[in-house]
Amino acid sequence: MSKVRVLVGTRKGAFVLTSDGKREKWDVSGPHFAGWEMYHVKGSPVDSNRIYASQCSGWFGQLIQRSNDGGNTWEPVGNKFAYDGVPGTHQWYDGTPHPWEFKRVWHLEPSLTDADTVYAGIEDAAFFRSTDGGQNWQELPALRGHGSGPHWQPGAGGMCLHTIILDPSNPGRIYIAISAAGAFRTDDAGKTWRPINRGLHSQYIPDPTAEVGHCVHHVAMHPSRPGVLFMQKHWDVMRSDDAGDSWREISGNLPTDFGFVIDVHAHEPETIYVVPIKSDSEHFPPDGKLRVYRSRTGGNEWEALTKGLPQSDCYVNVLRDAMAVDSLDNCGIYFGTTGGQVYASADAGDGWAPIVRDLPAVLSVEVQTLK
Amino acid sequence: MIRVLLPAHLRNLAQAGPEVEIDVEEPVTQRRLLDALEAKYPMLRGTIRDHGTLKRRSFLRFFACAEDLSHESPDAPLPDAVASGKEPFIVIGAIAGG
Repeated sequence: MSKVRVLVGTRKGAFVLTSDGKREKWDVSGPHFAGWEMYHVKGSPVDSNRIYASQCSGWFGQLIQRSNDGGNTWEPVGNKFAYDGVPGTHQWYDGTPHPWEFKRVWHLEPSLTDADTVYAGIEDAAFFRSTDGGQNWQELPALRGHGSGPHWQPGAGGMCLHTIILDPSNPGRIYIAISAAGAFRTDDAGKTWRPINRGLHSQYIPDPTAEVGHCVHHVAMHPSRPGVLFMQKHWDVMRSDDAGDSWREISGNLPTDFGFVIDVHAHEPETIYVVPIKSDSEHFPPDGKLRVYRSRTGGNEWEALTKGLPQSDCYVNVLRDAMAVDSLDNCGIYFGTTGGQVYASADAGDGWAPIVRDLPAVLSVEVQTLK
Repeated sequence: MIRVLLPAHLRNLAQAGPEVEIDVEEPVTQRRLLDALEAKYPMLRGTIRDHGTLKRRSFLRFFACAEDLSHESPDAPLPDAVASGKEPFIVIGAIAGG
């Protein structure tokens, strides 16, 4: 019997939600690390019992936790994230140079082939790797050393490297995204990087089509088609069919093309999901209606999914790492809100129900499908 | 034996009680005390002082004997009452956001 394990990071701890393949009844475990900000919790695709978690606090800094038993018990591992060499400066909000300073780990991406190898995306933006289960971390400095680095600047949430996508067909290819620098790709496992932002248009930067400076919120890929990328930008939902070399807008009939999350159906590479959010200053759903939008055509044509979701007086946000899919035959879709709800759909988005309603603000949602 | 009071989050992290006891070589200084604390509880490395600079994290303060020692030199001797174990060395989180 298949099982599903949903890993939820919140402002005040981590939660592990488990169900059988029907996804009707859920057990809730947590809070783990009560009181700490849990930016991201993610399991290894090689060993489902191996889970990594980013734990941080404005008072006590950064910790990385590791579980070897599916989240029942945890142990702190290495938390030293030292930039390679002299970090230099990036741009501050007002355009002045600002020293690169480590603040937190936003995203942990376990390797597709080795449970002890895990990548970390941090703020201020840099790309780190551990090959010993998180005990020791080394920066892959070529990304930050890319010539554009001094021109990167923080988004409202900080200058965070928030998205890491590993190409299952090409071990050397990794995509990352940074707010507000843009998306980057390496084809040689991090030795060199190139910005992949051609086609993006951002009116909030002096040159709207600049090589870097775009506030990319999230990027998603279907593992069967690693050259096709879907992006939720600060504004605009975008698509690339050439591994990021060029992008085109697919916002189509969305009520607003601002948002944070984007994800792809586990079995239908042209079926994608977003949660439109009213921007720029409000950051809640339009008209107080929480609606997931699904496109079955790879973009441009979107349908609102509302069954089971609040359609009045709803003013939550859905943050960039807070949507995930399972890989059961009838694909499950999950997302968490800043209001503390985690919603699940066991039928690809047709109907939704909350697994939990009253958690702290949800920062991240990941799913493990356990056979 | 030196006594150290930890804030709740660090107590939980160290899986220790509210007060921990550590051996510190004389003369007892902040640096030696924190070195010994981190040696006994390695999971606390980076949570009280920065990994690289070894500076106190900015939202933490060090108190002892009703004095704020946060801005004392890390190599200055701590009060005799701390060195003798009569009074604890207190690591406390700054009140912020409430």
